[in-house]
Amino acid sequence: MIDILVHIALALGLPPLLLGVIGKTKAAFAGRVGAPFLQPYYDLARLFRKGVVLSDTTSWIFRAGPAVTLAATLCAGLLIPLGRHAAPISFDGDLVLFAYLFALGRFFTTIAALDTGSSFEGMGAAREVSFACLAEPTLFFALITLTRLSGTLSLTPMLNHLDLSVWLGTGAALILMLTGLFVVLLAENSRIPFDDPNTHLELTMIHEVMVLDHSGPYFGCILYGAALKLFLLGALFVNVALPFSTGSSLADWLVFVVGMLALSIAVGVVESVMARLRLIRVPQLLVAALILTAFSLVLVVR
Amino acid sequence: MFDMLLHDPSLAVLGAVFLAALSGVPGLLLRPGESGQKLASLCAVAASALALPALISLLFAGTTSRYLLNWGLPFGPTELSFDPLSLLFLIPIFLVFPLGSLYALGYWPHLKHPSTGPALTFFYGLLSASMALVVLAHSGPLLLMAWEVMALSGFFLLLPEHESAEVRGAATVYLVASHVGVAGLFVLFSELRVTTGSFLFPETGSLALTGTAATVVFLAALIGFGSKAGLMPLHIWLPAAHANAPSHVSALLSGVMLKMGIYGLLRVLSFFGERPLWWGALILALGLVSALLGIAIAAVQKDLKRLLAYSSIENLGLVAAGIGMALIGQTTGNPRLAYLGLAGALFHLLNHSLFKPLLFFCAGSVLHATGTRELDLMGGLGKRLPVTALLSLLGAVAICGLPPFNGFASEFLLYLGFLGEARAPQPYLALGVPALALVGGIAAVSFVKLFGITYLGAPRSEAAAHGHEAPAFMLVPMAVLGGLCLVGGLCPGLFLALVQPVLSTVVPQAAGFAGLPFNLLWFAGAGSAVLALALGLFWLLRRRQVTSGTASGPTWGCGYLAPTSRMEYTGSSFGLLFGSFSSGLVRTRVNAPAPVGLLPGAARAGYLPEETLLERIILPVLGLVGIAFRYLRRVQHGEVHLYIIYIFVTLLVLMLWVR
Repeated sequence: MIDILVHIALALGLPPLLLGVIGKTKAAFAGRVGAPFLQPYYDLARLFRKGVVLSDTTSWIFRAGPAVTLAATLCAGLLIPLGRHAAPISFDGDLVLFAYLFALGRFFTTIAALDTGSSFEGMGAAREVSFACLAEPTLFFALITLTRLSGTLSLTPMLNHLDLSVWLGTGAALILMLTGLFVVLLAENSRIPFDDPNTHLELTMIHEVMVLDHSGPYFGCILYGAALKLFLLGALFVNVALPFSTGSSLADWLVFVVGMLALSIAVGVVESVMARLRLIRVPQLLVAALILTAFSLVLVVR
Repeated sequence: MFDMLLHDPSLAVLGAVFLAALSGVPGLLLRPGESGQKLASLCAVAASALALPALISLLFAGTTSRYLLNWGLPFGPTELSFDPLSLLFLIPIFLVFPLGSLYALGYWPHLKHPSTGPALTFFYGLLSASMALVVLAHSGPLLLMAWEVMALSGFFLLLPEHESAEVRGAATVYLVASHVGVAGLFVLFSELRVTTGSFLFPETGSLALTGTAATVVFLAALIGFGSKAGLMPLHIWLPAAHANAPSHVSALLSGVMLKMGIYGLLRVLSFFGERPLWWGALILALGLVSALLGIAIAAVQKDLKRLLAYSSIENLGLVAAGIGMALIGQTTGNPRLAYLGLAGALFHLLNHSLFKPLLFFCAGSVLHATGTRELDLMGGLGKRLPVTALLSLLGAVAICGLPPFNGFASEFLLYLGFLGEARAPQPYLALGVPALALVGGIAAVSFVKLFGITYLGAPRSEAAAHGHEAPAFMLVPMAVLGGLCLVGGLCPGLFLALVQPVLSTVVPQAAGFAGLPFNLLWFAGAGSAVLALALGLFWLLRRRQVTSGTASGPTWGCGYLAPTSRMEYTGSSFGLLFGSFSSGLVRTRVNAPAPVGLLPGAARAGYLPEETLLERIILPVLGLVGIAFRYLRRVQHGEVHLYIIYIFVTLLVLMLWVR
């Protein structure tokens, strides 16, 4: 029971901090002090207090987009285990629901973007759905590999099954898979090298350009939903990457939180040392990730 | 008589079939006007009110009843059979037919179309009745007769707008393809007659054919029935036919008639006790290829209804993949795979007969309002057709297989089947999982495009700017289908209960599988949680917006102050990025003239998706065939009495030859 409460508290409270850590890391690389770690929380609070500007072109779909996306992401948050703990909800095939809830969110984010009638947001929407076609099979290849390793079809036993002995046996496959998952994590959350949240050129953006017209609480929902998505996919990555259990529940939570923060630093480092890819290179990197995860399956089968 | 109808549900079904067949007759005889059509719709609704409860009670009873029909034809007696497999396939017929008839009252009223309306209504009823007969027939000749009536009524239903060359072309391709398929069925039923000694169908699992004879039967069935189901590469007739028919006809063709192909395939497979492994593997491979290519081609379409037609190929591909999975499960002794494959396939089939008619009805409503099928001319229709837009959104989410709708529940079963195979020693089947994920991703591209470009943004043409909502006769059938999609997503158990009695007919292993590996309540839980959370957040945001104030203005143009709707992203541009990296799967002809001179003048750029198989291979080959057979054209002169002589002479020669 306590574990479930901690799970919900972490899933609701921690995501904005990850954005703060990424920002701080990038600032450190640039030799700046940077915004405080808690800046994303202040931003969210400010956005929820603000008024709304709505475009005359939009309809209720524009306003439903952020709501449905956040709702779907929140539900997905109940399916993934955090650290060495069971997820609040777990059943055979929950991984399909996990992936499809994100797809539902994406569907509504993109139609909300198309509702503005802006060509820039149309571009963002087209890119988002087209690139997702390549990112989703990668995620599923990774999940097949995990299914084969653990023999279960549910996220909790699948991820908790990984321990040092599994890693020693199939380390090569897992490293390939982690590489693929990291690429998917960056792509799905619109980070560099796929997308640059800070660019001032709308023409080249993916996620940020889709939400140009959202403001106030609506934009707050989107920002929070995006952070939550980063957190959830990050949790999947960390669960695979940190294959040990301390035996104590509290220590496990701590290990998980530290792992998530380390992942945010890693994302920040990637964002600092890499440039954004040209758009036509994006599918190539995604296909490369797909093939890496497919290789991990081959290595596991042998 | 009436008493008997009440006590024997199968007679009620037969009565409904007759009622459907005759529903359009009064319209032909009465003076052109509303009354004939209203009477036909009434008949249709009455037929379905008679049939649906009877079907469901028979299906749950799980019994099989047969009616022997001694019709004195040289093929020997024939039988009508009410077994679970037939009953399941009757449900979509008696669901979509009445809804389509009601829809036609608003969409194709006889008053507005006095020349084509009555015939359309007549053939609509005849098509539904003949499909019901196809499903009920338990002997080769009866099935073929019903099949032919079905194919020809379909042909006449395609033709009301025959002034357009595109419509005539589509109907011709349909007719040719349909008869090539029938040739396969002739081979199939002759071969069965030779091996079993009777035209009556063999009992389930009783046909112990092996070797070449079995291969001939299987391949003939695959070609004959597969072409009706639109499996690639036998799909070439489908997109043009479904795009050019009136929308309520498209709904019936796509939502129900395609399933007749699947029915036939399942029926023939059910004869065999033992099936070689490669049958299942072939059907699975064809299914996945159809799903993937079908949806990839759908994603680059510019025509609203053509997009929907290609997505039918995808959905029927998924159904075929499930059947292939089940056959493999049966042969390798894996009840889990057999169950998930077949239950998933049949469930998806029912689902497709809900959301595809819904989307075609919505497309008809858009066509009704704007007069065009061209996506690039639409936009902003959500404001003028709010109910259609809402129902279309529901259909689009359902067909993408997203929770909380029925498409997700059926695809979930297929996912689970493939995923479980990751644990097998040879996990080839697990590769179906990324294939399904890819199909799902591309489906999202297609339907975000369809919904977003049609209903959202600003109008891209005058026609779209002045659209109007459809009348209630059209909206009610759509709402019924939409509601059923949600019910299927939240309570998949209801649909699976309908599918359950059928499993043992086709794949006995599947029936032995005890229960799903998960609780179906998770669907209701997850679905209602998402819905409730989304509604709650929507309401909260709305309230926040009221308290903190709202300003309105034009869409942010990134600094440009005079954006027009001509600058909007169009359907073509939306699909272009996907088209660019799937160019290996889909060919598009891009027409972009290079700018000339220092100050280039106005120019037009555009692109056209290509029907590669039809345009590059089949039409050239048919052209050559046409040249080779030119001399035969002389016997084709249009004088009917001579045609009858041909038939008589052929019959005589055949009889002499047989003696």
